Amino acid sequence: MIGSNGAKPLSDLPAGSEGVIRALLGGREFRSRVANLGFTAGASVKVMQNYGHGPMLVAIRGTLVALGRHEAAKVLVSADARREGP
Amino acid sequence: MMDCHDGSASAAQVAGARTIALIGQPNVGKSTVFNMITGLNQHVGNWPGKTVEKKTGVFRGQNGTVLNIVDLPGTYSLTANSEEERIARDFLIHERPDVAIAVVNAAALERNLYLVAELLALGQPLVLGLNMLDVAGQHGIRVEPHVLQAALGIPVVPIIASKNQGVRELVEAAAAVAERPGDWRPVRPAIRPEHEPVLAAVRALIAGHVPRPYPEDWVALKLLEGDAEITAMMEAALPAEAWLRLRGLLREHEDAYLDIAGGRYEWIGRMVRAAMTQPRTGAVTLTERIDRVATHPLAGLLLLLLILGLAFWLTYTVATPIAAWLSTQVLAALDALAAAALGGTSAWLFGLVSDGLIHGVGTVFAFLPILVVFFAVLGALEDIGYLARGAYVMDRFMHLMGLHGKSFMPLFLGFGCNVPAVLGSRIIEEPRGRWLTILLAPLVPCTARLAVLAFLAPAFFSTGPTIVSLGLVGLNLIVLAVAGIAVNRLAFRGEQSAFIMELPLYHVPNLRTVGLYVWNNTLSFVRKAGTLILLASMAVWALSSFPGPGIQASVLAAFGRLLMPLGRLMGLDDWRLIVALLTSFFAKENTIATLGILFNLDAESPDLATAVAAVLTAPARLAFLAVVMLFIPCLATTATIRQETRSWRWTAAALGLTLALSLLAGILIYQVGTALSAGRI
Repeated sequence: MIGSNGAKPLSDLPAGSEGVIRALLGGREFRSRVANLGFTAGASVKVMQNYGHGPMLVAIRGTLVALGRHEAAKVLVSADARREGP
Repeated sequence: MMDCHDGSASAAQVAGARTIALIGQPNVGKSTVFNMITGLNQHVGNWPGKTVEKKTGVFRGQNGTVLNIVDLPGTYSLTANSEEERIARDFLIHERPDVAIAVVNAAALERNLYLVAELLALGQPLVLGLNMLDVAGQHGIRVEPHVLQAALGIPVVPIIASKNQGVRELVEAAAAVAERPGDWRPVRPAIRPEHEPVLAAVRALIAGHVPRPYPEDWVALKLLEGDAEITAMMEAALPAEAWLRLRGLLREHEDAYLDIAGGRYEWIGRMVRAAMTQPRTGAVTLTERIDRVATHPLAGLLLLLLILGLAFWLTYTVATPIAAWLSTQVLAALDALAAAALGGTSAWLFGLVSDGLIHGVGTVFAFLPILVVFFAVLGALEDIGYLARGAYVMDRFMHLMGLHGKSFMPLFLGFGCNVPAVLGSRIIEEPRGRWLTILLAPLVPCTARLAVLAFLAPAFFSTGPTIVSLGLVGLNLIVLAVAGIAVNRLAFRGEQSAFIMELPLYHVPNLRTVGLYVWNNTLSFVRKAGTLILLASMAVWALSSFPGPGIQASVLAAFGRLLMPLGRLMGLDDWRLIVALLTSFFAKENTIATLGILFNLDAESPDLATAVAAVLTAPARLAFLAVVMLFIPCLATTATIRQETRSWRWTAAALGLTLALSLLAGILIYQVGTALSAGRI
């Protein structure tokens, strides 16, 4: 289900780009934590800082969130800012 | 001490008064609201059996209204993902506050209303404090309180907590709901239509079996969300057959909880659409402009070092002179008082009071100004919103040790003094990271140890004392890193704690919030660690005085002689050096004072260092300095570790770790050094 529609890890998105969250990977607790923070399918996210190594900064639902690289890799996004149909 | 306890008990709660719980996500200005409502009429303690801070207070209105206020820990949701969230949710369910005030940040309304949606699902009577409207305005976000009020069906009061605007009206609105709960008719958050059937099925299965006081609808929702605690509770409460059917149903809908979170955000979106206008991104805000520097990998690092340098400069120019004045003037006065009061009585009683009790008071006093400065800096940085940036910048380095960025600030404070380092670890919410930070903090060489090093190194190594000193500081940091990696691997099986952290918008710090932060933290140090320091101080005095006369003929000296075989492994073939190490537990700078007494030389004179150097070979000198630098944390730090972890086992672990590491380093340095100088390697 993932990848077929062009979803890729949030950590791959360069600074300044926007994406739409498609799915969350990882353990239940991690997914629940980030989902509560607003990382849910369909939410748009903007990468504020990404140097390709170390943690990164994203803007989501009106707040700035710092994510470790490992954590960002578990958030799958489609780079297309428009929501895709079913 | 007694006065403190009596005072705090009355400030904590008033019997019979209604209770208001303050709840909100982190970074919404909730502590400022709490401070504005209660002022100094507050008490800070811990939740029973937890290391999480519990703040309670009393509101006294002009018309005689008295309300108990409980400040719940900052929490993003009511899912039991963290200790804070569990505490907040258990309080709401079991203590049933008459009304809750949800503080939300207007600049991040959507995310903040997530918690509100959860509170409404729980059925908790609620009013909304819409805070930071000014900050939102600066970012071009406009929120209409009355539209939001109409959409949610609950009172919405606009406030600017930092300027104390609207806070009284907010409390009045809450009190009105508490008076007439029947009038309170909120809009219940809807879940997605496709989830209705499965939610109904879960509700039917658990009907009549949900333990009091849990609301059935809410339990059904949490089961569908996969909440581990609620699931375990229902497994115990349901008959076996019903549980099996429920488990099957939940397994079928295992991923429902992500949809529920998503559905909640959709519901919020519908609620806020009319109430909020948000500019399309494009305008560069103040926060973004500051962050170009503050979160930059290089510039941010320099800024962090600059800020920390400033903190130390403040400590040395403001706190250290005051500490010195306190410990000489106040102690002299107390000593004179004791001499006058106990003049006719036995010498040992005077010794106990003067060298034990008053010296202990002196230790507490000596720490106070330093702590006040550190807490003021830490509190201000947190209130401004900078602390999270510092953590973000340092994350890549701290990661190597299984820690994340938030551990950097407390550990760095350790260079000044290990006590605020241990206390500062409170900013790390997640217990594993906090405990590992506390365990490692004593390995940061504090000012007192650096002073001992600075005193001895020139006489010990006439050529290149600076290089030796820097090398030893480096050794401490390497040992710290290696210990961090090893403990993380062994005790925590290399699990990395997930690094997800909100960076709040910058804002002007609130004097009252920072002031109360300093006051509460300092008070808590004096009350808890202070008591332990006084007791231990008297015990150490007794050990170093009996049977006497003098420390030379004390239990401590006998113990030092007993440890001679161990000392010889490090080349310390003199019991006096071992006793000096033992008394460094009292306070690190005591190493020099003890050596002064034992070598019968003035502790100020450089002759002392030369005399000590004379009894040691070159490798033994290096070994001795290494042991001093890595040795067990001082009494005050140990007491603080116990206070913060509330665990004697972790306190013992911190002592054991440093003891083992220091002895290991001493033995290795001496043995390898001796072999090298003898040309055997």
